[in-house]
Amino acid sequence: MKDCWRVFVQLEEKRQENREISALEKKKEVALDLESFGETLYAQMEKGQFPWIRMPSRSIENIYYSPELRQYILGERRVKRSARNVRHIRPLSQLVWTAFFAHELSTKRKTSTLRDVYYSAQAYQMSFKDQSESDNIITDLETVIGLAREDFNIFPEERSAVFGDLTIEYTVPGYEGRQMNLTSHPDGLMVGPALTYSEFVKTSADKVFAIEKGGLFTRFIEESVHRRFNALLVLTAGQAPRATRHFIHRLNKELELPVYILTDGDPWGMHIAMVIISGSANAAHLRGLTTPDAKWSGVWATDIVDYKLPSDPLTEVDVKRLHELQRDPRYKDKLWQREIKTFMRIRKKAEQEAFSRYGLTYIVDEYLPAKLEETE
Amino acid sequence: MVSQVFEEISPADFFYRNRDIAGFTNPSRAIFASIRELVENSLDAAELAEVPPDICVRLRYGEGGPDSGVYKLRVEDNGSGITSRHIPSAFGQVLFGSKYKLKQSRGTFGLGGTMAVLYGQITTHKPAHIISSTGSTKVYIYEIMIDIQRNKPIILERKILINKEQWHGTIVEFFLEGDYFRAMPKILEYLKQTALVNPYANITFVDPKGRLYKFSRVTTKMPPPPKETLPHPYGVDVETVKRLARMTSHRNMLDFMSAHFHRVSENIAHKFLEFAGIPKTKNPKKLDSQEIVKLVKTIRRFEGFRSPSASCLSPLGEELLKAGILKELKPDFVAVYQRKPSTYAGHPFIVETAMAYGGDIPKKDDFVLYRFANRIPLLYDEASDVSFRVMKSMNWRRYKVSQDMPIAVLVHICSTKIPYKTVGKEFIADRPEVKREILNGVREAARRLQRFLSKRENVEKERRRLNVFSKYLPKIAKFATELAGRERQPEVERLLESVRTVGRKETRK
Repeated sequence: MKDCWRVFVQLEEKRQENREISALEKKKEVALDLESFGETLYAQMEKGQFPWIRMPSRSIENIYYSPELRQYILGERRVKRSARNVRHIRPLSQLVWTAFFAHELSTKRKTSTLRDVYYSAQAYQMSFKDQSESDNIITDLETVIGLAREDFNIFPEERSAVFGDLTIEYTVPGYEGRQMNLTSHPDGLMVGPALTYSEFVKTSADKVFAIEKGGLFTRFIEESVHRRFNALLVLTAGQAPRATRHFIHRLNKELELPVYILTDGDPWGMHIAMVIISGSANAAHLRGLTTPDAKWSGVWATDIVDYKLPSDPLTEVDVKRLHELQRDPRYKDKLWQREIKTFMRIRKKAEQEAFSRYGLTYIVDEYLPAKLEETE
Repeated sequence: MVSQVFEEISPADFFYRNRDIAGFTNPSRAIFASIRELVENSLDAAELAEVPPDICVRLRYGEGGPDSGVYKLRVEDNGSGITSRHIPSAFGQVLFGSKYKLKQSRGTFGLGGTMAVLYGQITTHKPAHIISSTGSTKVYIYEIMIDIQRNKPIILERKILINKEQWHGTIVEFFLEGDYFRAMPKILEYLKQTALVNPYANITFVDPKGRLYKFSRVTTKMPPPPKETLPHPYGVDVETVKRLARMTSHRNMLDFMSAHFHRVSENIAHKFLEFAGIPKTKNPKKLDSQEIVKLVKTIRRFEGFRSPSASCLSPLGEELLKAGILKELKPDFVAVYQRKPSTYAGHPFIVETAMAYGGDIPKKDDFVLYRFANRIPLLYDEASDVSFRVMKSMNWRRYKVSQDMPIAVLVHICSTKIPYKTVGKEFIADRPEVKREILNGVREAARRLQRFLSKRENVEKERRRLNVFSKYLPKIAKFATELAGRERQPEVERLLESVRTVGRKETRK
């Protein structure tokens, strides 16, 4: 037990190798990882040591952009957390409890929301100051074990949805083996735990549209975009939740579908697209959340000019954000830099709904085919 | 043309007309001032007899009942008593007293007792009763009034009783107009603070409603009584020198200087006379007015006099001051500090300071300030007092204390002449020498308080630290055991014990 982190790294590597293992096997794998974490601490105490762990540092100085992986990763820095240290013992005990709780969830095949975890702690006389403290400890557990919280059956509140011709097979208790086509509900299906753990069976689609806003998502379904463009539609509902990013990642990796992202034409919309493509610094300890080959298809700053879209002036905050993005390593590609510069030059932004000035179907009939051609 | 009428007025008449300067401004102040003056006389008398004071104050409604505004005040002590022939004058003649020598005492004018009786007489026109014995075979009872215009006592009746128990002490009983219920808070505060600064005294007070307030002594140890001293050269004025020259039995200036002034040896007298250019052999009785004025001026310029000795002072001492504070305020901590004797304008003085924390001390927006001068509490005009200014000028953050903490600051000045700013004897003037001593004294007490508070904080921190370990370590053990699927929990008691040992070592450091 020289360096428990190394064990986790090995586990992580092993997991990466066996990407195609079944959901059920993966559950077992997760439980084993958590158990070995408990065993490590147990052995330390049996030897009369204060329990301690070593884990990758998540501090900002240890987050690097990896051009190979095309996402943020954690550097070499490790931090030690020991129960001998009065400032560490509380977060360490919270971490052990969270591991214990995650283990309970996976063995009993239950899921929990982040908020639920915060409240459940109280039943075990574990106290979190607020939900952000418990969220942070869950992120620590992800870092220590090397798995995403969704693997521990912990989910954020859901708000994103998917629609289109994709048949999935459930693996969650009570639904095992049951199949479902994602066109069966005209409002789309929520990307929740059940969908996250499902297996993909078959699809006729040959592309994915990720859409920022509910209004456009509904318009696309009404206009049968899924049929006309042979596409799966994913609503990100603003910044895409991690489960949704993982889902898009799977559609791209497992079904080899190209992904096109449609957002508002402003720095915030750009960044929604970028996080789906290259991930966030907050998730630097995780893999499988990014889709590096996905394309941002609009609304671009140049679209505002080319399509003479109704627009609003950029605010000071917008401009400040643009300057930040300009320096961000994820934005170093030509397209991104061109769009940032255009935004700064025209000092305007436009929402997806702006196309309605040319009629309700213009965006589907004219804009979308043109953009697809442009971003091919 | 109207001719002006000149008339001579007696001291009693003067104070009758100007009674507010002695603190008898209104019915509520008058009743407070009467009790205060008599209690202070009693304390002085007991200290003179070198017995721990037993003082009993009884205030009753007068014959007209609660609504008449007339009260009967009776103050009894176990002090030295007054010799029979001095009793009428002691309470019936203004400016007659035993306090005209140079030593520390509570009163300064010999005014207090008589003023109280005088005030009683002018508001109720009733005689006062004085009962006193010096412990001899007789007890004397006088019924007196004051002839205000002539400043003379009128003896209405005189009785002599046999003193079987060898009682000594004085009882004063008289009627006066007042407003007890408005004065009550101040009276009770006065008695409490008096008890604080006289921890060897028993003081009982029964108010008109029959409520008993008892302040018991915690020690019988009393501070050594002050010695009488000669005037210090720096403190004398032309009139004093003139009087000394008139009464001296010495025939030459050398003997005159060394016999009548404080800390002037023959050697120093010699040097001084040389400095002043006065022949050693000159007869002091032959000094004329101009020579005396010149002498006093030269004294001020001469730097060879030694500073006055503090033997004429009787500070309370750190031990007694601490006992008094512990008794009346019951604080969690008290630091007391006595400064070395110092002087201002030829008057020796000693400053004693204390800071107390917690206990009965209230939490307010500011510290509680207790001011004492020659062991009497000062209750009025706090904001004008030098101690208040010192307290306000301190940078308390340096001592890690803040105004909202339950802290009391106490300043006691004793001197042969307290630098009061007014005749009302309520607050002390901003003399730089006095201010410096108070500042240094309060600083030292504050430093000690700071040490106490930071030590307590460390202990508290250590306790919290240990709590964290004993709260969380068992949880880690529990959940790690369940996670690992083990039956038995690992032993963490030894780990906890090791934290405790380290903790003990750290606090000892």
